Amino acid sequence: MFRTLSQRVWPSRTVLVREKHTLPDLPYDYNALEPVISAEIMQLHHQKHHQTYVTSLNQAEEKFLEAKEKNDLKTMIALTSQLRFNGGGHINHSILWQNFSPKGGEPEGDLLKAIEANFGSFDTLKNGLSSSAVSLQGSGWTWLGYNKSTNSLAIATCSNQDPLEPTTGLVPLLGIDVWEHAYYLQYKSVRADYVKNVFKIINWKDVATRLATARQ
Amino acid sequence: MQLHHQKHHQTYVTSLNQAEEKFLEAKEKNDLKTMIALTSQLRFNGGGHINHSILWQNYSPKGGEPEGDLLKAIEANFGSFDTLKNGLSSSAVSLQGSGWTWLGYNKSTNSLAIATCSNQDPLEPTTGLVPLLGIDVWEHAYYLQYKNVRADYVKNVFKIINWKDVATRLATARQ
Repeated sequence: MFRTLSQRVWPSRTVLVREKHTLPDLPYDYNALEPVISAEIMQLHHQKHHQTYVTSLNQAEEKFLEAKEKNDLKTMIALTSQLRFNGGGHINHSILWQNFSPKGGEPEGDLLKAIEANFGSFDTLKNGLSSSAVSLQGSGWTWLGYNKSTNSLAIATCSNQDPLEPTTGLVPLLGIDVWEHAYYLQYKSVRADYVKNVFKIINWKDVATRLATARQ
Repeated sequence: MQLHHQKHHQTYVTSLNQAEEKFLEAKEKNDLKTMIALTSQLRFNGGGHINHSILWQNYSPKGGEPEGDLLKAIEANFGSFDTLKNGLSSSAVSLQGSGWTWLGYNKSTNSLAIATCSNQDPLEPTTGLVPLLGIDVWEHAYYLQYKNVRADYVKNVFKIINWKDVATRLATARQ
């Protein structure tokens, strides 16, 4: 009698291959947005604040997966705050760098049509975004977002680094960061001046691309 | 200090006065919707005024350390002054967004506690704890000098705490 070497097929164990998040490069130099946003702010904002969100997100994800492997649900839940804060910070700032352009400009084509349909005019949109950004209490973002269900644009705010889409369902098109680190070194307490000036460096082509993508 | 006092705190005061005036006007017309709409401004600016009024008294150029009844309470609740400092520091450094870390007094249990509040939410109306010592971690409180390194600011701020003021607040709360 010979033993048949039976091939036992183990259920394949899912190997959790985790790619680490990385800090995206800026599409322009740190000084490219001057005089609207100083090189000092851009460098700190990118290399310190955004980098910290990326590093902390990677750490939080690693701990989360370790906890999951032990089925330690309490720890998994305890980590959700870090995941949301740092994950949101990474999402938000990755959008922000693309939303800026040294050239600035104005909305055109389908984006402009959508703006006029929802807000009446580009000026009305700007006023709406500005008053929202200036009156936001504490740290957070004012967003121009796209509502897929109604095919409409909306202004929305989120606290801290809460990311727009997971929080509200709106697709982020344009974000105004009103955390004090985004402007304080240059504008001090006068957030209104920062918000007014930031419209000079908005990359409306990027905003338009995000809208087109969301509408697909 | 000058921006924090003359711009930020002054703005809370001015905006609070405006909000209160509008609230009373709305009340005279029994316009409840407007009264409710104003509560956010009242809380934010009222809290900002309360919090910063405490903050200026919490500081002293001389600094120092807790003594007497305050030190006893700290040791009873935290084990040691160092443990309290570590607790306040890690709370302040890890606070997400804008807000304050507080050393507060719980009247019901005659005990001290570390607590955080978001934005300008004032400690006592929000949690019931009596504020003894506040650490402001809004970026405007430190960014010009410390940039993103909040931890350095928090570490250094312990050098200028007016522990006599903290002790007075505890004694008053215990009356």
